[in-house]
Amino acid sequence: MKLVYFAWLRERLGINEEVVELPKDVETVANLFDWLKARDAVFADVFEHEAIIQVAINQKHERDRGASISTANEIALFPPMTGG
Amino acid sequence: MIKPYIKTQTEDFDIEAEIKRLTANNKNIGAVVTFSGLCRDEEGALSALELEHYPGMAEAEITRIAEQAIERFGLDGISAIHRYGKIAPGENIVLVVAASRHRQAAFDGANFLMDFLKTRAPFWKKEHDIKGKEGNWVDAKDADDDALSKWDA
Repeated sequence: MKLVYFAWLRERLGINEEVVELPKDVETVANLFDWLKARDAVFADVFEHEAIIQVAINQKHERDRGASISTANEIALFPPMTGG
Repeated sequence: MIKPYIKTQTEDFDIEAEIKRLTANNKNIGAVVTFSGLCRDEEGALSALELEHYPGMAEAEITRIAEQAIERFGLDGISAIHRYGKIAPGENIVLVVAASRHRQAAFDGANFLMDFLKTRAPFWKKEHDIKGKEGNWVDAKDADDDALSKWDA
């Protein structure tokens, strides 16, 4: 599965994207957040205020932290959008 | 079925040409509204904004919003062009053109698209100050979220 990061999330994590092999029990967005935080201290720090982090699964917004990620090819994590 | 014209690009756009793109083949259009968003210098403090976007999703989200606008307001055409990369004060960032038989639909369509684009289309702005130093990422505004409530049907 590919994870992509944008804006200050990307800068603070120091990576644009990565391919990860998730354990079987990482089934939801919330599980993914916990897994990332446990994996790496930088992620734990950046995800401290995780409520503001927004998620897109296969390039569609997903606001439900309980949403399944089982069919996801690409998950994007980013701060609130400021275009226009 | 009216299809929206949606683009993301680094280069500037030509407003007159974009109006013609919508009106050239439809002589039943009586109203065209354009909105352009420009880069401000924040009273001399900024040298540029840097726009980051999520390629693919950015175009898909704006297209989805534009299709809703066509359906909801009965538009005869709608276009949106959003630039990315480094943009200097005074330069264009975004263009929306909405066309319809009568003016109200065109005003509403352009307004609706911009309101949803602000909070749903994956773009982020970073400030560069006048000394050329990279600065802060722009914070999202509650006012932009609040603006959506007027479209609750």
